Amino acid sequence: MVPVSALARNLLTSIVTVLAVIVFNFTLIHLAPGDPVTVMVGEMGGGDPELITRLQQQYGLDRPFAEQLFTYVLSVLTGDLGFSFYYNMPVLDLILQRLPATLLLVVSALCLAIVIGTALGVVAAQRPRGILSHLITVISIAGFSAPVFWVGIVLIIGLASALPIFPTSGMRDVTNIGAGIWGDTVDVAYHLVLPAFTLATVYLAQYSRLARSSMLEVLSADYVRTARAKGLPERLVVYKHALRNAVLPVVTIAGLQFGQVVAGAVLVETVFAWPGLGRLAYESILRRDSPTMLGILLFSAVIVIVANIVTDMVYRMIDPRIGARA
Amino acid sequence: MTISVFSLNRRRFVQGAGLTAASMMLGGLPEAYAQTKGGTVVIGHTTLRHLNPAIQSGQATGIPGTQIFAGLTQLNDKFEAQPYLAKSWEVSPDGLTYTFHLEENAVFHDGKPITSEDVAFSLDVVKANHPFGKPMFGTVKAVETPDAKTARFVLERPHPALMSALSPLLLPILPKHVYGEGDIRENPANLKPVGSGPFKFSEYRPGEVLVLDRNENFFRPGRPYLDRLIFRITQDPVVNVLGLERGDINYLPFALVRVSDIDRLKANENLTVTTDGYEAFGATNYLEFNLRHAPLDDVRVRKAIAHAVDKDFIQNKILAGHAKRLDGPLTESSPFYSAESLKKYELDLEKAKALLDEAGHPVKDGGMRFSLTLEWLPDANINSQQPVAQYLKAQLRQIGIDIVLRPNPDFGSFATRIGNWEHQLTMNGIWNYPDPVIGVNRAYLSTNQKKGAIFTNTEGYVNPRVDELMIAAGGESDPAKRKELYAEFQAILTDELPLLWTNEEPLFTLYDKKLQGLPLTVWGALAPYDEMHWA
Repeated sequence: MVPVSALARNLLTSIVTVLAVIVFNFTLIHLAPGDPVTVMVGEMGGGDPELITRLQQQYGLDRPFAEQLFTYVLSVLTGDLGFSFYYNMPVLDLILQRLPATLLLVVSALCLAIVIGTALGVVAAQRPRGILSHLITVISIAGFSAPVFWVGIVLIIGLASALPIFPTSGMRDVTNIGAGIWGDTVDVAYHLVLPAFTLATVYLAQYSRLARSSMLEVLSADYVRTARAKGLPERLVVYKHALRNAVLPVVTIAGLQFGQVVAGAVLVETVFAWPGLGRLAYESILRRDSPTMLGILLFSAVIVIVANIVTDMVYRMIDPRIGARA
Repeated sequence: MTISVFSLNRRRFVQGAGLTAASMMLGGLPEAYAQTKGGTVVIGHTTLRHLNPAIQSGQATGIPGTQIFAGLTQLNDKFEAQPYLAKSWEVSPDGLTYTFHLEENAVFHDGKPITSEDVAFSLDVVKANHPFGKPMFGTVKAVETPDAKTARFVLERPHPALMSALSPLLLPILPKHVYGEGDIRENPANLKPVGSGPFKFSEYRPGEVLVLDRNENFFRPGRPYLDRLIFRITQDPVVNVLGLERGDINYLPFALVRVSDIDRLKANENLTVTTDGYEAFGATNYLEFNLRHAPLDDVRVRKAIAHAVDKDFIQNKILAGHAKRLDGPLTESSPFYSAESLKKYELDLEKAKALLDEAGHPVKDGGMRFSLTLEWLPDANINSQQPVAQYLKAQLRQIGIDIVLRPNPDFGSFATRIGNWEHQLTMNGIWNYPDPVIGVNRAYLSTNQKKGAIFTNTEGYVNPRVDELMIAAGGESDPAKRKELYAEFQAILTDELPLLWTNEEPLFTLYDKKLQGLPLTVWGALAPYDEMHWA
């Protein structure tokens, strides 16, 4: 089905991309003023230069740039993402510890956005010039344009502070320790509502616009006209004949967006104190914790690449014309 | 369901009754029993690195750290050392030997006894790894351990600041058998600490929560009162304040709230708002002149700038009266503060202009004399750095100094720029800590110009007499003579103005009104919470 040569070429370009990402990120981080030791010792309110020098030596930050880069690339190639200066633990452990929270948040938000967004798009497409359609357009564009942290804060103030329906932040009620699996699941789900909804507002607009335009296109196709001419009920025409074909681009976008899990979650996780990778990224940037920053960037680059390869492969399977051209 | 709850209550009731009877038989109620025992307090907290305050300074590690680790002494509200792990001590007449006698029945959370070996080990760790290790303990030549419960500090020269450096925040007593092996920075116990304080480590989920439980074997009978402390960790300070208003958080020390929000919070009948309990930190805010940069090397220019600033406006309007104006290097709460030796500069624009004319900076085309760049870090001292910087721009314009504002994006950039003396003017602030030797000297000692390190003498101030005074005061055992030396120190500094001190930085604690026994001594939230309880 999928030609082996195409797979091999994909893998080869991926490896080159990953290497380029490592070198680029490493250089970029070194250009930022301040190294982790300056921040660490500075944050402690202390300025003992001997301590600074000793720590810089211990972490190898006194070595020439090229040597540091070489050492880093070498250790990454052997599967070692390094040791976090700030958090005092291996970067890989740190990332794996935070990954589940981010996956939960992003997957929930994506599902929410896909279901609501597509539904809104389909509704809007049926009467493209109706009031409802315009309203949906305005709402989706507003959701897409409003800064996500602002949406988050407004939701916290509205639905967690003024009307204390949902918790303000965190992934669990901290006093609820040892609640058991069922109690914990309910607790996490309750804490998930606001952050997932906030993150979904960003994605939602894309799905509703995409579903709307693709529905409009499909609805004007010949086979839809035939179906209507046959006298099929409108509901059947829209939801059975048209929608199936219209959601294909939606699936593509979902695949690509999944690759950007970390990028999407940084602000939402920070506002809601969600203990995920995005917040870890933000905190490690503030602390100039270069091994952690590099680890997260590398990790998200790999996710993007894998998501792209998978999408590509799926395309080849669905549409034989792509394979034939290659 | 109802039945099981009832029976649980009844069992508790019976146990309680038994305990009361037993304690009455032993001769009256122990003091502890007068307090409500049990309960949980949720504390709003920030991201932390790890839980070993011996190698990590600052409140993120220090607040839980002082609950987990005990120290030799505690400070009372007059900055006087009180017994803690050390039940008593003697100081030799020459001020060179301090002998501490440890509590007989004090044990670490793992049950092993605390010995003088642990004290000696902890001091070595702090001296070598803490940013204030040298000013605090550099003069300690050796810690002798004549027996398991006696630790004798032998000093090279008298060092009265020693007694304020023995609190659990600055010298936490670590068990040598846990932290003694290998590189202490990579010791796994940094994330799973073993101490001897009122609360012991239970669980830590990074970025989410830290749980400490009551230390049943705490050597103070009946203490602590609370069963559990829960630190809720968040990066966003606003979320902590909202959590407090909802009642999710009970205690929020070092609350990052703007003064404009204080009235709203004070109107909340469930909350108490206080600025008490920060005396030992002495948080300052000032305009720093880079003295290596002309025309800031001219004292007349610095005085002119001082006369263009209305400190009462800063105190009463910008800070809404929540913090005091600052006219010298020491905050008013310091035992060495000397109001009469300070040279104060009041708002006088004409005098300011005259000083600038005299210094040879006439008004040029466009009405300005010269231009300077003023930096700050928006996240730091949130109530004063940015507002005061903006106020200064408007004020200095009136005397013909054009200020270009340059906010720094984050602490890494700021620390690097200021540490490398790349600034002209900056807003900055240091914590003075309980003794000037620990927190103040670093900003003025000519030998402490350490390129690359922020919170040193980054302004480049050099005055041999001031150096002499700081060194003499640091070694003076007689408190009255010591105070005199610091009075001269304050007089010279306020005359030469290496910095323009503008205000003390307000620090707020917000807490649930029903919470009692809060540590409101000079160390505030960085003192043990063994007396905290619910009303």
